[in-house]
Amino acid sequence: MASITIERVAKSFGEVQALAEVNLTVADGEFVALLGPSGCGKTTLLRIIAGLEAQSRGRVLIGERDVSDLPPRKRGLAMVFQNYAVFPHLTVFENVAFGLRMAKADKARVLAQVEKAASLLHIEGLLKRYPAQLSGGQRQRVAVARALAVEPAVLLMDEPLSNLDALLRLEMRAELKGVLAQAGTTTLYVTHDQTEAMGLADRIAVMHGGRIEQVGTPSDIYDRPRTRFVGGFVGNPPMNFLDLPVRDGKADLGGMTFPVPAGSGSQVLLGLRGEDIVPASEGEPGFVFTLRVAELLGPQFLLTGSAAGGQPMRVVLPAGGTLPPLTPGTDLRLKPDVARLSWIGGDGIALEQRS
Amino acid sequence: MNPRPSRFDRALFFTGLAVLCVWTLLPIYLLALGALGGRDIVSQWPKPFAPFSVALDTLRTFLAIDGVWRATWVSVKAAAMTMVMALAMGVPAGYALARFRFRGSGAYRILILMTRAFPVAILALPLTVSFIRLGVYDTPFGVALVHAVLATPFATLVCASLFMGIPREFEEAAWVFGCSRFTGFIKVVLPLALPGIAAASIFAFVLSWNEVFAASVLTVRQRPLTAFLLSVLSESPLHLQFAGGLILIVPSVLFIFLVRRRLFAMWGIGNR
Amino acid sequence: MREGRLLPYLLIAPSVLFLTGLFLFPLGQTALLAFQQGGSWGLGNFHRMADDLNFGDAMANTFKVVLLAVPLQLALALAMTMMLRQVRRGRDILVWIWSIPLGISDLAAGLVWLAILTDQGWFNSALFQLGLISSPQAWLTYETPLALLAAIVIAEIWRATAIVFVILLAGVQLLPKEYEEAAEVFGATAWQRFMRITLPLLKPSIQTALILRTVLAFEMFAMALALGGRNFPVLVSEAFNWQYQSQDYGVAAAYAVLVMAISIAATLVYLVALRVPAEQRA
Ligand SMILES: Nc1ncnc2c1ncn2[C@@H]1O[C@H](COP(=O)(O)OP(=O)(O)OP(=O)(O)O)[C@@H](O)[C@H]1O
Ligand SMILES: [Mg+2]
Repeated sequence: MASITIERVAKSFGEVQALAEVNLTVADGEFVALLGPSGCGKTTLLRIIAGLEAQSRGRVLIGERDVSDLPPRKRGLAMVFQNYAVFPHLTVFENVAFGLRMAKADKARVLAQVEKAASLLHIEGLLKRYPAQLSGGQRQRVAVARALAVEPAVLLMDEPLSNLDALLRLEMRAELKGVLAQAGTTTLYVTHDQTEAMGLADRIAVMHGGRIEQVGTPSDIYDRPRTRFVGGFVGNPPMNFLDLPVRDGKADLGGMTFPVPAGSGSQVLLGLRGEDIVPASEGEPGFVFTLRVAELLGPQFLLTGSAAGGQPMRVVLPAGGTLPPLTPGTDLRLKPDVARLSWIGGDGIALEQRS
Repeated sequence: MNPRPSRFDRALFFTGLAVLCVWTLLPIYLLALGALGGRDIVSQWPKPFAPFSVALDTLRTFLAIDGVWRATWVSVKAAAMTMVMALAMGVPAGYALARFRFRGSGAYRILILMTRAFPVAILALPLTVSFIRLGVYDTPFGVALVHAVLATPFATLVCASLFMGIPREFEEAAWVFGCSRFTGFIKVVLPLALPGIAAASIFAFVLSWNEVFAASVLTVRQRPLTAFLLSVLSESPLHLQFAGGLILIVPSVLFIFLVRRRLFAMWGIGNR
Repeated sequence: MREGRLLPYLLIAPSVLFLTGLFLFPLGQTALLAFQQGGSWGLGNFHRMADDLNFGDAMANTFKVVLLAVPLQLALALAMTMMLRQVRRGRDILVWIWSIPLGISDLAAGLVWLAILTDQGWFNSALFQLGLISSPQAWLTYETPLALLAAIVIAEIWRATAIVFVILLAGVQLLPKEYEEAAEVFGATAWQRFMRITLPLLKPSIQTALILRTVLAFEMFAMALALGGRNFPVLVSEAFNWQYQSQDYGVAAAYAVLVMAISIAATLVYLVALRVPAEQRA
């Protein structure tokens, strides 16, 4: 059993508050991706779990064990560092073997494990080289191999694929997922890349300003953002947010009215994904969208314009099918998918109920 | 930097470089002539500028003088002990300065820098009494103790900056993969800092090897080479003095050659 | 990380104890010895020091050497540093040659110049071969005080310019070339660039070099003994003689205190005169 439990962990560096209060549980064998903008505290959280940084408050459990006071080596985990930290004075082989050597593994096991990890990361040919003779991406793969070679119960990875080309990243991503799932490794995986988080993770934790804003399955996060920040951070284009007046428990979008969950005042924020909007046919209710720019992005059009009294909005329409004329300046009549609306209160947090 | 210096400027420039090299090397060469030129060169007039005969007899005579070998051996022992002490204290202290922020680190830095504003060797004067009492007077160890006062702060500052140049992440990775702070230091930091530490220890050695004042004050019979030479200065013939000087210089020149690549790094840091 | 509280103190403890015992303690002891005589406090030792025949000479000689040698060393080292910047090939070997004296003690340096400047030495031989003199000349005696001073200053310059040079070179290597290049673009001549850009930016290195150099120059004595024997007393050699010949530890300590006081004063002067305001630091 090697779950990770983070209880009310906070961290300040003097004046700078890096983590406000973080609660998170990663179940045994689960793969959780930590997603968030630069500087939100992802690395800090990982370092606290690893024992490289002491939290100001709260505690960290691995399995049932409170590890808050244990040095890193006694926590039984492996880590891929954001800047690799591949030892420059050791060959790639010795780097990958480092953890095994520390655990006093016998020769045969060291050899077998290093070879396995190296072939997984496609660095078999580099084992005799020194890190200075490697490219950035190769070094990064050595760092990942070093972590995998020890077959840890808990694996912390800080943007482990950030420096690879798109193709290699895609391949590595798939292989990582396979290996980690097979070994049942509890993994916390930091990334900036949403598609990576969506594709890899059992659950995603979205961080912002030293807090975890939402934890949930990728579809949860995408479809039902708990906060305005999550909706705006996840998805490309980001979710549209429209400030709408509320009258008699109904919000008004350019003539269309929608029932709003309890708890809103006279104003409510409607979260609406660009792909959840379609052209309204003749006679159907709809709102007016003033088109400014239309871009063809592969299989779809990205329309940028405004609605609901000049508020900016982006709409994604499939390129096939019948489309209204897309001349800049024209007004289009559109309608949202009423099953996929997000309502957000004045505090930036989603209202309890969803329509 | 300018597009093309004139031929005259370049000639002037290279002449300057050459003059400076000659200025540095010629005196050593002449001393070597005096020390190696054979028995006659002392009385020769005018003296030759080319090595007509190279004979080792002066040097041999010098080394045959009672006490020269012993003095050399004392010097080596004292310098080696200085080196060991400077490292034993400088490496941990340098690590503390590089890796921890702790109350009192500022005061500690001031203590270290203070040793630079004082002519430390002079402190050998009051130490004679305590050294006699402690039984380290007139021993290589006693000399090394004072020399280590000079060498330890230097080693500390050099090590601190060496360690600062090694990213923390390397150590942290070592900890995550099973090292304690100590094994992490041995396995990761030390190998990376080793060339710099080696250079610093060579400097500690040279520093002790060259020091005259404390070495003279703290010894009577077990004299290091410098103190021995100084004490026989007035009564020994010139050619023997030259031989002694040459023996003093040769190891230093070799040491400087060994550490030439690290010279700046070390003096840049060591004296900040 | 938790163990980190005590660890740094444990790590510096040996050197703190050591420096306390062998630096701070004798420092205090020196002061005590100097200001005490026969168990009572007073300036007796200093009076006896000042009344001594050699004191005036020692003081004058020390200051003459320092004041002549240090500025010349600084100028020479600056010239060497600037020249080295222009050198493309063979830098390594130049640096090595120029820093050789770094490893040479003042005693050895004294012996080197003794070989050259002694009556039948190479200097006179050269003069003879050039037809300037007809028989060996004495330079290092009581009758030729100027020549003796010049010899010691030259020997000191020869020996210790290397330290200044290496410190300055270390400093120059940290300076980005862009500053000078920018100045050049704006039309500064080489000399203007040196005076207005490089020199001010080098101030911290110059300060360090001067402090170290001056403290060491006040400490010089073996070279004076080697070249001048008893003819060229300096402060430290007087301390040495009082301790050894006269076995008078009080006066020796008084000399030590004097040398330290002068060194500290010099250090302070440099610290103030060459200070770089915090807001100007790169
Ligand atoms: N040692 C430190 N001292 C002071 N502040 C720090 C320190 N380490 C991190 N911080 C601050 O804490 C905050 C969180 O940093 P952290 O490295 O965890 O961000 P991150 O989410 O990993 O960002 P990125 O995606 O850019 O790697 C930042 O504002 C950072 O400036
Ligand atoms: Mg980070």
